[in-house]
Amino acid sequence: MALTVEIVQGNEACVKGALAAGCRFFAGYPITPATEIAELMALRLPEHNGAFVQMEDELGSINAVVGAAWGGMKACTATTGPGFSLMQEGIGYAAMTETPCVIIDVQRGGPATGQPTMPSQQDVMQAKYGSHGDYEIIALCPSSVQESFELTVKAFNLAERFRVPVIVLSDEIVGHTREKLRIPAEVEAIPRTPPAAPPDEYKMYRPGPDGLLDGMPSVGQGYNILVESQAHGEDGNRKGNDIATSAKVIEHLCSKITGHAQELTDIVTLECDEAEVLVVAYGSVVRSAKNAVRQARAQGIKAGLVQLRILWPFPDEALVGLASGVRKVLVPEMNVGKISREVQRVLGKYCEVISLPALGGELHTPTKILKQLGS
Amino acid sequence: MHPLAEKMLRKSALPSIYCPGCGHGTVLNSFLRAVDKLGVYDNLALVGGIGCSGWTPVFIKADTIHALHGRAVAVATGLKLAQPDRKVVVFCGDGDCVAIGGNHFIHAARRNIDLTVVMLNNNIYGMTGGQVAPTTPYQARTQTSPRGNPEQPFDACELARAAGATYIARWTTAQPAQMAKSMREAMEHKGFAFVEVVVQCPTQAGRYMYGTGSAVDLYEMLKTNSVRLSKAGELGAEELAGKIVVGRLLQRDDRPEFTEGVYGLCQAKGV
Ligand SMILES: Cc1ncc(C[n+]2csc(CCOP(=O)(O)OP(=O)(O)O)c2C)c(N)n1
Repeated sequence: MALTVEIVQGNEACVKGALAAGCRFFAGYPITPATEIAELMALRLPEHNGAFVQMEDELGSINAVVGAAWGGMKACTATTGPGFSLMQEGIGYAAMTETPCVIIDVQRGGPATGQPTMPSQQDVMQAKYGSHGDYEIIALCPSSVQESFELTVKAFNLAERFRVPVIVLSDEIVGHTREKLRIPAEVEAIPRTPPAAPPDEYKMYRPGPDGLLDGMPSVGQGYNILVESQAHGEDGNRKGNDIATSAKVIEHLCSKITGHAQELTDIVTLECDEAEVLVVAYGSVVRSAKNAVRQARAQGIKAGLVQLRILWPFPDEALVGLASGVRKVLVPEMNVGKISREVQRVLGKYCEVISLPALGGELHTPTKILKQLGS
Repeated sequence: MHPLAEKMLRKSALPSIYCPGCGHGTVLNSFLRAVDKLGVYDNLALVGGIGCSGWTPVFIKADTIHALHGRAVAVATGLKLAQPDRKVVVFCGDGDCVAIGGNHFIHAARRNIDLTVVMLNNNIYGMTGGQVAPTTPYQARTQTSPRGNPEQPFDACELARAAGATYIARWTTAQPAQMAKSMREAMEHKGFAFVEVVVQCPTQAGRYMYGTGSAVDLYEMLKTNSVRLSKAGELGAEELAGKIVVGRLLQRDDRPEFTEGVYGLCQAKGV
């Protein structure tokens, strides 16, 4: 198959990415602006011998995804704010049980029913901290249809490698924008591989030297798996009342992600050489920010753009590396300024960090960002 | 150790968490016998919810997912779709199954997905210390109904029937052999099969509801209060009050099974 070029929606690109990555199971509950993902999955999955199920709610959806994942399928669900909230206990379950799965959150405005058809980036912290307890996940932020495809593929691959729920933080603009998508002839998809250790030597939750688990056994492969969401020992048996073992599990869940933060850094820069003022942006806002930075450079302003394609784990080191000589950093985002606080934490001691929130569903215009770049 | 236990129990998970005199061990015992007799040990996939009941599959050396409270049936739905050839069996408590998990329960029954759901009904929340359950009798005292339960209880079998389940049986721990037979039938049945087992809970239901922590007394109560379905028809409403109707309550084969539909419909359309 050669490279194909199509004009599609971001939501559609997520479906194409998921299928290319080997997704064979989708469970979901309709909600705007994520619905097209469920609709297309219902249509396309059977062509790949996959299964689609419209569950009774989002709690059912994420838990069915967990069941399918242990049944040996690459699995995902898609939703937005209210549904994302309902999924949180299940996402924590997936984190604790080290279940690979993908959750696509096409963000809209909230809280509550909020703004059903308006874009936002208000779930960025919920993606990281949404469930109770300590754990780490991975979250990716597409800004275009092309990235919706590529980052969805990447989400599935990271889920397999790190045995973690991976969240694709899309938004209404990206999800509903139609633009060019180039699908390469070959897409790298990390296969589901059973453990190298034979069943009699295998321990469910024994991490290797790199902190990652040895493959993933599925139901029916002779491993007699015990998927346990209580704090557990390496054999999967509960150890919730054992302080040392419980501490070790949590450390493992966190460090397997934070310990690979370098590998998990995915940043795209534009005009960052000798930049004096930087824009740090992610998702839809990148589209305006690019335009603003180009205009600024044309006017002789030394501006640059840093696009975060992986938001969690946060790319502390990469940001510091880009900040030398920078006097000011702008963080435009479609929320009250949530990621600007992360940027402040990382870069606050080197330069001024300015939050540029946009609320109510408005995307920053390039002019609005440009004005701040020049001042 | 009994040879069945030797073969099928996950020794690293023992000793069990059950209180002395708890009926859950009887259910585990009957299940192992059913599995052995059917010869499906190597083809099991088990899911448990949260609660004392949900622990049942954790003690069994088979592929086991110990799910969140109320979500076992949802997890099993995904698992069954991924592994249509496995015998997927869910163990849950009455709270797990028809309170917090009620929505998944009725919709799984509506879909008629090929699962066996075993609900261990102790009429109370065991694990959390004896609070009111959706099966707690009217006016019964529990830790959260200290002046008597103002709510009406569910009949989970009737709920399953109305929702579309295609196999339903109910027993108590006083009929372990019949229970095992129904579990066999349920696992052989293609479609949503529901087996309710009424179990004695000396620690919580015994103490708070029945005024006796004696497992023997409670077991006797289950025994004397059980009425076979064939007999129940002859009894009036008053005679049936407080009785547990046991037996195979439903078996039908006129509703299509969900997993077959998911894969079959697509093929039929040549997609
Ligand atoms: C979301 C959530 N809510 C509440 C609990 C606490 N909880 C654990 S078990 C249980 C009730 C168990 O009762 P039942 O399902 O009847 O099972 P039993 O212990 O009686 O066998 C509850 C409320 C929980 N674990 N998760």
